[in-house]
This record gives sequence, structure tokens and C-alpha cells, in this order.
Amino acid sequence: MSATPAQSTLSAKPTLPAISPVMPEHHYLNNGYGLKSWLLTRDHKRIAILYLLSVSFFFLLGGLFAVVVRLELATPAGDLLTSDNYNKSFTMHGVLMVFFFLIPAIPATLGNFLIPLMVGAKDLAFPKINLLSWYIYMLGASFGSWAILTGGLDTGWTFYTPFSTVASTSAVVPAALGVFISGFSSILTGLNFIVTIHRMRAPGLTWFRLPLFVWAHYATSLIMILGTPVIAITIVLVAAERVFSFGIFDPKRGGDPVLFQHLFWFYSHPAVYIMVLPAMGVISELVAGSCRKSVFGYHFVAFSSLAIAIIGFFVWGHHMFVAGQSVYAALIFSILSFLVAIPSAVKVFNWTATMYKGSVTHATPMWYAMGFIGLFTIGGLTGLFLAAVGLDIHVTDTYFIVAHFHYVMVGGTIMGYLGGLHYWWPKMTGKLYNENAAKVAAALIFFGFNLTFFPQFVLGYLGMPRRYHAYPPEFQMLNVLSSAGASILAVGYIFPIIYLLYSLKNGRIAGANPWGAVGLEWRTSSPPPTFNFEKTPSVTWEAYEYPEGVESHVA
Amino acid sequence: MSPDTSAAAESHRGHHPALVHHFDSLAEQHEAASLGMWTFLVTEVLFFGGALMAYSVYRSWYPEAFASASHHLDITLGAFNTAVLIFSSLTMALAVHAAQLGQIPKLKLFLILTMALGATFLVVKGFEYHEKYVEGHIPGLFPFNYQEEPQFFAHAQIFFSIYFVLTGLHALHMLVGLGIMVWMYVWAHNGTIDRDYNSPIEIAGLYWHFVDIVWIFLFPLLYLIGRHGTTAH
Repeated sequence: MSATPAQSTLSAKPTLPAISPVMPEHHYLNNGYGLKSWLLTRDHKRIAILYLLSVSFFFLLGGLFAVVVRLELATPAGDLLTSDNYNKSFTMHGVLMVFFFLIPAIPATLGNFLIPLMVGAKDLAFPKINLLSWYIYMLGASFGSWAILTGGLDTGWTFYTPFSTVASTSAVVPAALGVFISGFSSILTGLNFIVTIHRMRAPGLTWFRLPLFVWAHYATSLIMILGTPVIAITIVLVAAERVFSFGIFDPKRGGDPVLFQHLFWFYSHPAVYIMVLPAMGVISELVAGSCRKSVFGYHFVAFSSLAIAIIGFFVWGHHMFVAGQSVYAALIFSILSFLVAIPSAVKVFNWTATMYKGSVTHATPMWYAMGFIGLFTIGGLTGLFLAAVGLDIHVTDTYFIVAHFHYVMVGGTIMGYLGGLHYWWPKMTGKLYNENAAKVAAALIFFGFNLTFFPQFVLGYLGMPRRYHAYPPEFQMLNVLSSAGASILAVGYIFPIIYLLYSLKNGRIAGANPWGAVGLEWRTSSPPPTFNFEKTPSVTWEAYEYPEGVESHVA
Repeated sequence: MSPDTSAAAESHRGHHPALVHHFDSLAEQHEAASLGMWTFLVTEVLFFGGALMAYSVYRSWYPEAFASASHHLDITLGAFNTAVLIFSSLTMALAVHAAQLGQIPKLKLFLILTMALGATFLVVKGFEYHEKYVEGHIPGLFPFNYQEEPQFFAHAQIFFSIYFVLTGLHALHMLVGLGIMVWMYVWAHNGTIDRDYNSPIEIAGLYWHFVDIVWIFLFPLLYLIGRHGTTAH
């Protein structure tokens, strides 16, 4: 509506298509309908859909555990659950969300679907390995579910020794096996992306013509292949200790539990970047597409992804400031943790600069992008508080930490995931969703999220520890606010499931490029044909080269 | 990506049955497969690296206990196995060479030799494990016996825990390698492998060499601690 007449032919508003598009006759979704055509598919787009369904299922399952946790915390007394069952609830929430939702969420769904399209390839380099990665994920997730069904896990998602190796009576081995197995699916996904991006770019598509989404996934893949094997061996050591009573982390035999923490966080801190880097890639696309401009400082944003991947491997010690590591180690890890904020800030500033004087459209994806930028900024800045050793000691193991990582994980990764899902939904399904419904959901999620987690910063600063099912009555007001926010958030999450599924049958036909965006994925039909392009594209333009007519009023 | 010339040469020859749909040429397919295996081997380095990190920490904390426990490993069998694996790397390299020349009978011979050497290694390793069981040097499940030097009773268990994890994982990789060799033999036998399409052999070879190299690190780190200047007792 705010578009000037000169722009109207290029308008990205999906509700006003110039001509009514038709569905292509042949596309990847109607290329076979049977169960076999899905379960044995090697098409990266179908595998992305398989992943989309399965990670969404585990997101909802993990969400159920969060509901239980927030219900218990609505009152100061531990009245709904026993302390044991509370331990299991937050543990299963963490394990399911981290390993079976957040890590695969964007790479295995949007990344899988879009990377071959964005590089102009017919498929990923290893289609069979791609399918195998989904089966491995499902096997790992089955082990995770087995752990739930056989009594749950109570170690927290961090599996700290010696509790996990000698004391816990819960299902440590099935859960650990689930994490171990699903790690291989993540390694295979990363390996596939790296080889595809190196070897399968279309003619003319140089590294610096790649969309920033691809750069972000390249950086993510590096972390996946370098970090995941370390958590794998760590789990092998914990399992060996639990099953064979080996003594690697056993203090009675001279073993060191802190060594476990080093090995665990060597993966698990970079894993945070496995979760958030792909979301940053999504936001780069959303901001460019919604502002109809090249991302400000393309090279800086591209290299900041690599910088995050590299520096991210050298900050793990900030999880162990109170674990008895030397004061010098703490000092160095503190400085390095401050450093990793620089490339993250580069991204935030550059997205904001991209919006400046852009032709900003206010479709749903842009709402998510703006939500991401705001929430990630809060999450990132509170991360700096935690990188400062003195302050970190005050808030260690309090709700301040819980609020901080939810701002990054939920405010970052899930906003990116949902924003990307909305942006590329027309490409994936060929249908448009209801824009008004989508905006209501986005607003609910933003409001519900802040109401859930902002009070937790205050709670943590006041000293409420995490992982307890009862708390002093003076904390009740803030906890009730948080639980109320969580129920709004839950509605916000369920709403998209309804209108997105509704759009499959009743949505209007999207056409190849409903946003008027540039990028190879918009140059093929929606949904794309099985082999993506009629003929291999030849790229002669830069990334985000939006038409001059729109650019001219920017200067 | 692919120069037009190679694509044209490929179509001139007609579609090779091993060329999959999303690559333009076998050369491009080979490059991708090769990069894929190298990337996988990077993950393997990090995988063993985690356990070697634990080894380094404890060896620097408990050097005497590690030297003492190391002397309980059979250096003769370890050295023999090292030689076996080095020799298997040679037969593997010869298998790759034969495949590149399209000499299928030679390829099959070298694959069988490689498998035989790999199996020899595992059998010897089995004897070593059995010896450890008899001596009571398996920590945890069975009563641990370290009466000769009781001051190292606790720390020697850490050494043997790491010994069994590292050599056990290595043996598991050997088993996988043997499975791959059987697979490659079948492909050599049924005509999948030929002069134009031999990248599976080369890539299987990369894996095999990697597993050998892991052992080249494990042997001195586990068997040879504190052996210099003294004779093994």
C-alpha cells in the first residue's frame, strides 16, 4: 500500500499478483504419491519435507515438556510434580529441543531445500547420503523417545559427570545413544553442504555471488563436521564409563569430571552457532528480499559467518567459570567470548543499515526478521554480561542464563526458522498462506516470547536458581508473568500449523516469484520440478542485484 | 563449473552407467566424492582427537602410572600388528593403482591381500585383549589386578580405560574397513569398477589408509611409553 506507482510492477506484496499464476504441470510434489516415493526419495526437496515434519513433531513434543515446567512454576510450592519428575521434565525439554529440533531445524529443512536451488544444482552432491541422514536422525530420535518412555532422563541436557555416569538412575544410555546417533545425521548434512557448495555451483556463480544464506550454511557445516565428532567421542566415553564401568571421568580413580565439561562444551558451545548461524542466513535473505536492496556490506556479512564459526570454537571455557579452571584460562576465555560478539554485531548493524532507505515491505517474513534483530540483540548483549567473569559468577545457574539462551535460541533460531518458513512457503508448496493470520501469529509469538523470558532476566538477577521446582513466594509474580507469556507463545506456535496446512488446500496459487525477489530459487517454478531447473542456469549477475529503478530512490 | 570440453568429451563417450543424474561428468563426480571422503576423514580426526585429548591430560598428570601400565602391553604383538597394517597400506595402494589401469584381476588380488592383512590384525588384537582379561587388566567389569605396583592401582585403570576405548574404536573402524573391502571386491567382480570408473576404490583406499595412520599414532602412544633406555620387563 505504501509502494509508489513506479514500484508497483515490482511490488513484493504477495496479495497483489499482477496476473493470476497457475500451478506448474510437473513438480516435485506430484512426482509420485505413494509412501515409497517419499520414504525412498533422493530428492533434496522431499527429504527437506520429511525433515520438516519430523523436526516440527519433536518441537511440539519438547514444547509439551516446557508447558509442564511452566505449569509447575506458576506456584512457589512444588505441588504439581515431584522434584524427580521436574528434573526429568526440564531435561527432556532441553534434550529434545537442542538435539532433535534446534540443531537440524534450519539446515536440514530450509538448507536442504534451498541450497541446491540457490547454487543452481540439480540436487545435493550425495542424495543417498542425504536420505540416510534423515533415517539416522529418526533412529536417534527413536532412542531419545525410548529414553522418555523408559522413565526419562534427569541429568539436564548437559549429561554432567559423575552424576550421569555413576549416580543417575534414569535412562542415560538410551538418551546418550540418541544424541550420538543423531550427531551423525548432522555430520552427513554438513558434509553434503560443503561438497555441494564447493563443487556444484552453476557456471558463473562465484563465491561472492552466493546468497548469504549459503555462506551461513557453509560456516554452519564447518562447525558440524569439526564439532560433532567431539561430542560423539565424549558420549562414547560416558557410555563406556556407565556400561563397562571404565574410569575416565571417575574421581575415585583419578579421573576428572571437569575434563568431561571441556569436551562437552568444545562441541556444545559451537553447537549454539550451528543453531543460530543458519537463522542469520535466513534473516539476510529476508532483509534483502523485503527491502529490495543488496545486503549492506555483503563481504562483511559473508565473512562474519566464517568468523563466528572459527572464534566460536575458542570460547567454550566461559561455561566453566565456576568449575575450577585456572583464573588465567577464565581470563582468556572471557576475552575470546567478547571477541565473538564482533562478527555477530556486524551482522545486526548491516541488516539495520540495509533497511535504511530501502523499500521496506511489511509482509510477515519482515516481521520475523525485525523480531529476530531485536531479540537477538538482547540475547547477544546479555551474552556479553555473561562473558564478564565477575558478573557471570553472580548469575551462574540462575534464570538469567535461562533467559539469555532462550533469547538466542527461541528469539534467534525459531524466529529465523518461522520467518524462513513463511518466506519460502510459497516456493515449497506453490501456495500462499493467509497474510493476516500470519501477522497475528507473528505478533503473538513476539509478545508471548518477551512476556515469557524477560521476567526471567529479572528473576535470575535477583538470584532465583534454575532447575528447581519450588521457589520463595516473593518470586511468584514474575514467574506467573512468565507462565502467562508461555501460554500466549504456545498459541502463537500452534496458529501457523493451522493456517499453513489450510493454505495447502485453499491457499491461492503463488507463482514462481511472489515476492519479486532475486536469487536462483525464484527463477524456477513453485513448487520446483524434481531436477530444480529446466536447464542449468548460467549466472552473470551479483547477489541481490535488485533492479535499478528501485535502487535509484535510495541514494 | 565443469569446462565445456570435459562435458563434451563425456557425452562423446556416451553415458557411463555409473554417472549419476546430477553430475555432468565422471570427473566432476569423482572430485565431489573425493572431497566428501576427505571431509569425512576430518571428522574422524576430531573423533579420535577427543579421546587423545583425554589421553594427553592424564598422561601428563600420571606419567609414572602410564609408563608402568604401558609395560603390561605386549610390545612384540603390537610391533607385529604395526608391520601388518603398514603392509596392508601398500597392498591397498597397489589395488588403487591396478584399478586405475583397469587391471581387474590384479585389483581383486590386492583387495584380498588387504582384507587378509586386516583380518590378521584383528585376530592378533583379539589375542592381546584375551591376555589382558587373563591378567585382570580390564578395568570396571572384572576385578582389576595391579598387585606388582599397588601405588598405581587407580591411575593404571585410567590408562587401560583409554587403551580399550582407543584400540576398540580403531578395531571397529577396521571392521568397517573390511566390510568396505568386501563391497569393493563385489563391485570389482561384477564389472561396476572399470578403467573409467574407479573412484570407489580410491575413496575406500583413503579410508583404509586413514585407519592405518590412526594405529601409527596409537602404537607409540600406548605401547612405547618410557621404553627408551630400559628393556621391557
